Formats: sequence, structure tokens, C-alpha cells
Amino acid sequence: MDINKRYTAQSWPDHPETATLEGKNKFVGFWLLLAAETVTFASLFATYLALKDKGPSGMEFTAAGLFELPLVFAMTMILLTSSLTSVYAMYHMKNHNFKAMQAWLGITVLLGLTFLGLEIYEFNHYVHLGFGFTHSAFSSAFYVLVGTHGAHVLFGLSWFIALMIRNSKRGLNMYNAPKFYLAALYWHFIDVVWVFIFTVVYLMGVIG
Amino acid sequence: MAHDTPEKIRSHAEHEFLKKKRSAEMRQQLTSFAIMIFLTLIAFTMVAAGFSTYLIVPIILLLAAIQVVLQLYHFMHLSNKGHGTIAFFMFSGMFVAFITVLALVTIVWW
Repeated sequence: MDINKRYTAQSWPDHPETATLEGKNKFVGFWLLLAAETVTFASLFATYLALKDKGPSGMEFTAAGLFELPLVFAMTMILLTSSLTSVYAMYHMKNHNFKAMQAWLGITVLLGLTFLGLEIYEFNHYVHLGFGFTHSAFSSAFYVLVGTHGAHVLFGLSWFIALMIRNSKRGLNMYNAPKFYLAALYWHFIDVVWVFIFTVVYLMGVIG
Repeated sequence: MAHDTPEKIRSHAEHEFLKKKRSAEMRQQLTSFAIMIFLTLIAFTMVAAGFSTYLIVPIILLLAAIQVVLQLYHFMHLSNKGHGTIAFFMFSGMFVAFITVLALVTIVWW
């Protein structure tokens, strides 16, 4: 069977992401990656918790004095909403509605870019206050943890944009359905990590 | 590569049934989203209201855990058929993650 074979909504498989052997392999491999990423982020969280508010003596910055909740609240709502819009994209993917899927992915990308912009603004603000990467053990641990998450957001956005552009003329088929599905899974995983970042870093940071 | 899926064209009734099933699933996911937003609001409100740290920390960690379960099971479909192996991957990852955090948090206790 040709990978570029065209489907209709009525011949489109119920689970296109795992309908081919390649799709099944990608699916298992990708979840293995997500499990490994869980451990990666755990080591960064553990480092952050061990080094929170620690640094050279006389350090002027603490989590309670530095973080501000309104910005974090806005970032949280934006990322959470972008997780829902990618669910809508996958809903249309399963109904073989390519245009609607591309539109929802576009909204997801816009929300992701807004999130990334706010994060860059936040980091820039801290650096201008004097809280740079090399300021203390606390600042290094903070930037590595939140920055690694930000790098994942950037990678997820590039992935979505690349898929949307490369497949814009192809439409949905067995070749790209698993790709779209995995990119959406990755995006949900980024949101899972952020749930712990806003809880452990920001909320628990503000209360000291 | 193996793209040799036998093509199956669904009957009209079966097609309509699947469409209904998917929109029911979408509604359920919207409900999970509303719950996640609600849990986030509770967490932020509790911190803003300034309750005792010993009360807030366990509660917001619990709220985060509930949110993650909703993401994994509803948005990422971990509860669907054929997700047994990958659920095992994820739980192993979470177990190692828990031990890692526990070890590094307790090592700086003193």
C-alpha cells in the first residue's frame, strides 16, 4: 500500500496513529522517551529543591522575595489552554478533518509562543534585578529547571510548525497521522511538567 | 515500510456511531479541562490568601497530582486499550523520579 494513499472520513481508521507497524513502533518508542524525560525532570526538580534559597552567604535573593504570582498565573492558564486546543486538533485528526486540525494546531502554536514570550520577559526581568545564572546555587538550579522546560516548549513549537508546513499540501494520511499524534502527546507532557513547576517552584517558593 | 493496513470502509451507521463516540469523548475532555482550571484556581487562591505553609504545601501537591492524572488519563489517553506497556514505562519513570527527589531532598536535611 502506498503511504500517500488518500483516505476519506469513512475509510479513515479509528486509531490512525497505531494503524501501521511504523505508527505502533513510534508510539511505544515515544512513550519510552516520555518516561525517561520524567526522570530527567525529576533530577532537575530534586536539584532545585536541594539548592532552593542556598548560595553564597549574604545572598539577597530568595524565592519568596523574587517570584510574582500574577505573571505565573497567566503563563499557567495559557499553557493549560494550549493543552486543550491540541486535544481539539487531535479530535479533528481522528475525524479526518485536516483543515480544522491545522487551525487548532495554529492556535496551540500561538498560545505556546505567548507562553515562551512571557518566560523570556520573566528571565530578562530577573537578570536585570541582578539574579543572573551565576549569581548563586539557587539561581543556577532555578534557571536550569525552568529553562529546560522552556527549551522543551521551544522544541515542541518548532515540531508543530515543521509538521504543519511540511504536510500543508499532503493532507492527512497514514504517513503523518502518527507524527501529529506524537507531537500532541509531547505538548501534553510539557504541560504536565509545568503543573509541577508552578506548584513546586512558584507557589511553594512564594510561601517560603 | 509496513504500511499494509487493510482498508476498511465503514458503513454509514458505523461512521455516525464513531463520530458520536468521539464527540462524547471530546465533551469528557472539556470537563477534565474545566476541573484542571478549577484546581489551578484553588491552588493559587490558597497561596494568595496566605494560609499556613503546613496546610498549603500538602494540598497544592495533591492538587498538582490530580491534575497530572487527568492530563495523563484523559488528554494523553493512558487509560485506553493497548496502553498497558506504556503505562508500565510511565509508572517506572515516576517511581525513579520519586526516589530521586526523595534522596536529594533528604540529603540536605541536616
